[in-house]
Amino acid sequence: MNPANHKKIDQAFGTIHAEALQRRNAFKTAPVPKIHIGMATCGIASGALETKKAFEEVLAERNLDARIHTVGCLGHCYAEPVVIIDHPDSGFPPIFYHEVTAGKAKMLAKLFIEEGDPRFEHVYGAMEANDLIPSVMDFSRFNMEKRIVMEKCGYIDPEDIYDYIAEGGYAALVKALQSNPDEIIQAAQNAGLRGRGGAGFSTGRKWELAQKAAGKDKFVICNADEGDPGAYMDRTILESNPHQVIEGMAICAYAVGASKAIVYVRAEYPLAVKLVTKAIRQAEEQGLLGSGILGSSFNLEIDVFQGSGAFVCGEETALFRSIEGYRGTPRHRPPFPVEQGLWDRPTVINNVKTLASIPPILNKGADWYRNIGTENSSGTAIFSIVGNVVHPGLVEIPMGVSLRTLIFDICGGIPNNKKFKAVQIGGPSGGCLNEDFLDTPVDFDSLTAAGAMMGSGGMVVMDEDTCMVEVARYFLDFTQHESCGKCTFCRIGTHHLLKILTRLTKGEGREGDLELLEVLSADIKNGSLCGLGKTAPNPVITSLKYFKDEYEAHINEKRCPALMCRALTAFYFDLDLCARGCDACATCCPVDAVFTTRNRKKGVDQELCVKCGECVVACPPEYDAVRKVSPPDLVPIIEKPSEKT
Amino acid sequence: MPKILVDDREIEAEEGSTLLQACLNNDIYIPNLCYVEGMQYPSSSCRMCFVEIKGQDKPVAACVVTVRENMVVKTETETVRRLQRSALRLLLSVHRVDCKNCQANKKCELQRIAKFLKIGLKPKKLEQYLKEPEIVQEHPCLDYYPNRCVLCGKCLYVCRKQHGQSVLTFAKRGFETIISFYGQDDESKFECEGCTVCVDICPVGALIMRDL
Repeated sequence: MNPANHKKIDQAFGTIHAEALQRRNAFKTAPVPKIHIGMATCGIASGALETKKAFEEVLAERNLDARIHTVGCLGHCYAEPVVIIDHPDSGFPPIFYHEVTAGKAKMLAKLFIEEGDPRFEHVYGAMEANDLIPSVMDFSRFNMEKRIVMEKCGYIDPEDIYDYIAEGGYAALVKALQSNPDEIIQAAQNAGLRGRGGAGFSTGRKWELAQKAAGKDKFVICNADEGDPGAYMDRTILESNPHQVIEGMAICAYAVGASKAIVYVRAEYPLAVKLVTKAIRQAEEQGLLGSGILGSSFNLEIDVFQGSGAFVCGEETALFRSIEGYRGTPRHRPPFPVEQGLWDRPTVINNVKTLASIPPILNKGADWYRNIGTENSSGTAIFSIVGNVVHPGLVEIPMGVSLRTLIFDICGGIPNNKKFKAVQIGGPSGGCLNEDFLDTPVDFDSLTAAGAMMGSGGMVVMDEDTCMVEVARYFLDFTQHESCGKCTFCRIGTHHLLKILTRLTKGEGREGDLELLEVLSADIKNGSLCGLGKTAPNPVITSLKYFKDEYEAHINEKRCPALMCRALTAFYFDLDLCARGCDACATCCPVDAVFTTRNRKKGVDQELCVKCGECVVACPPEYDAVRKVSPPDLVPIIEKPSEKT
Repeated sequence: MPKILVDDREIEAEEGSTLLQACLNNDIYIPNLCYVEGMQYPSSSCRMCFVEIKGQDKPVAACVVTVRENMVVKTETETVRRLQRSALRLLLSVHRVDCKNCQANKKCELQRIAKFLKIGLKPKKLEQYLKEPEIVQEHPCLDYYPNRCVLCGKCLYVCRKQHGQSVLTFAKRGFETIISFYGQDDESKFECEGCTVCVDICPVGALIMRDL
């Protein structure tokens, strides 16, 4: 490496960096309150746009001087819309407010920003240690996480490249440009980084293969075709800190010798598409992308490609076909993408989280990264934990933390005093694990051994009211629908699985169904062409293994133990508890299935009832008279008075 | 020319040829539906041509394996047969088994494979799911039978080879996938007159020249 070149790069970046620091200091030291509003998709869905508007209106109305700083997502979905108010003059530290609706925003603007009263009843916690307000860092949902990939998410403005640079962004790219590509690949290998897309292949090894692959015009692709139901890690990262992903891509491209890169992102993520496109443009304007990056001889052009609507296009070979303009169907591997990928050129395809892990690794060193997590799975894992947990959202933890710690300590356990039943890890390709597995450490190998998989990081927690047969049916419905139809096992096999599971949930199970499910699942797993088919039966295989009694109850007794499958359950009113003359249930029943008995209590016309459960909600808690049973023939017969003439 | 050992028999294969082709050339039959000799990228979609190769823990499709010197291959293991039978049963579960009235009768690949694998054409355990309608007459001179079609894609391949681009295409997706045709809006563009490559290669009689 030429030292003169190093100097040139340092100079070029130094100018940008100085500008970024100057801007940040001006913002930080400005003697006015700062209002940080989380504006990623999750925040917007919970009303962050209205919240922002409300702040703006009140600030203008009352002529208050305060800065609104739009940031990405902190990952605390249960608390959205999240607002952090930093009001130095008030004497309080920066405060985290949760569920800030437009009304709350107006109130906070008037009472806190204007009058200095933080309204303790609405405070979630302080963002730093102090004597006045408990710090959020004392809460396990905050302090048990280890943020590497998401370190800056929720703190910086994703639309402002200077925000990222002021926080240390693009320093890793500078470092990379001043090193030999081999050193970078070695660093990725030494860090023990494994692909976060699900399979867990060594990233350094992949890059090495791509670097050595013959052929010019190599490609780097960032796979952001996140499609698992309930998983949104990649979206959040792209919406909260797109520059870290872009920086990772640039480093990868430099290491493997590529000059073209593509972000393949779902069209269903319009905000992510917008923000990543904008971030690329900003990086180009600063000379961090394009030709002769930072005065070096390295060129890189990054494009955004929007994939529309096919889950299977997350499979890398199908993704290539889709970019090439064909039907998104997978092909056999090998040849692997590092040899023949997009347009038959050597291609590195990495997940968003993998690429976003690269800048911290280069900044802090491979050894630092390697010491986080477990021996064979270093670093952190990001999960989107949804379902029956108190504090759902995105959690970044060191690999090796147990499922119990993750679900109960970090995410607050199961709400409403319900019992934990199962956790589905790895989306539709993953498995359902029961409570025997709660002490399983979260890492690539342990989860695979348990029959689930890391997958891309979706995690659905289920309580005792969840029927595992229905869960398996739900996931099969998804994969069956998303099968591309190319290979026999996935196309026809998953259809059979779905039909059998649907029959079971309707109480039409037959003898031999379970054996058929087992045999078919094993064959689909072994026979399918691509990863989608090979993993599609996992929800069936694992739920059959760990919850077989539930399947048997559905077939042999026509009973749904979790009282979830509609065809196998029925409602009635306990006449000892039902209040005479009360009409709460009858007025809310959408199908008029509730009738009044002779002594003015209530009964359910089972012929009419659609089992929506509205009456359960409507029945006043002091009566609590609605009962749900399975199988339906357990319902006591309550005579319906004949229609009055 | 690499020498390989298939079912304890030594055969010579052409350099660079697929394992499936090498076996077929040496009269070792491996059931297959979607493979055409000379394909650069076999689609490997029918999932029939499984074999076991020494050193690999799971059966692999022989159409996507390039022969290597001293490769040791088994074509009739229990695992291989189980997968082949399972694949065939799945295909038959969406197949209108009405051989007497089918033009492919006696030259049908499904009949041949069923006989080879010793399973009946009407599987008992799996339910039948058939598509509507029975015959699609979108093409000016071809009848398409979705309930015969195994979606091997050979018709697309030969059509593209013959005409540079294919008149035929896969349409819809997943379980609903069918073969369809381009250019239905302008029939004059069809180059189909006098060409029967797709009809000739169809292993199951799913494409039939209409009697005009």
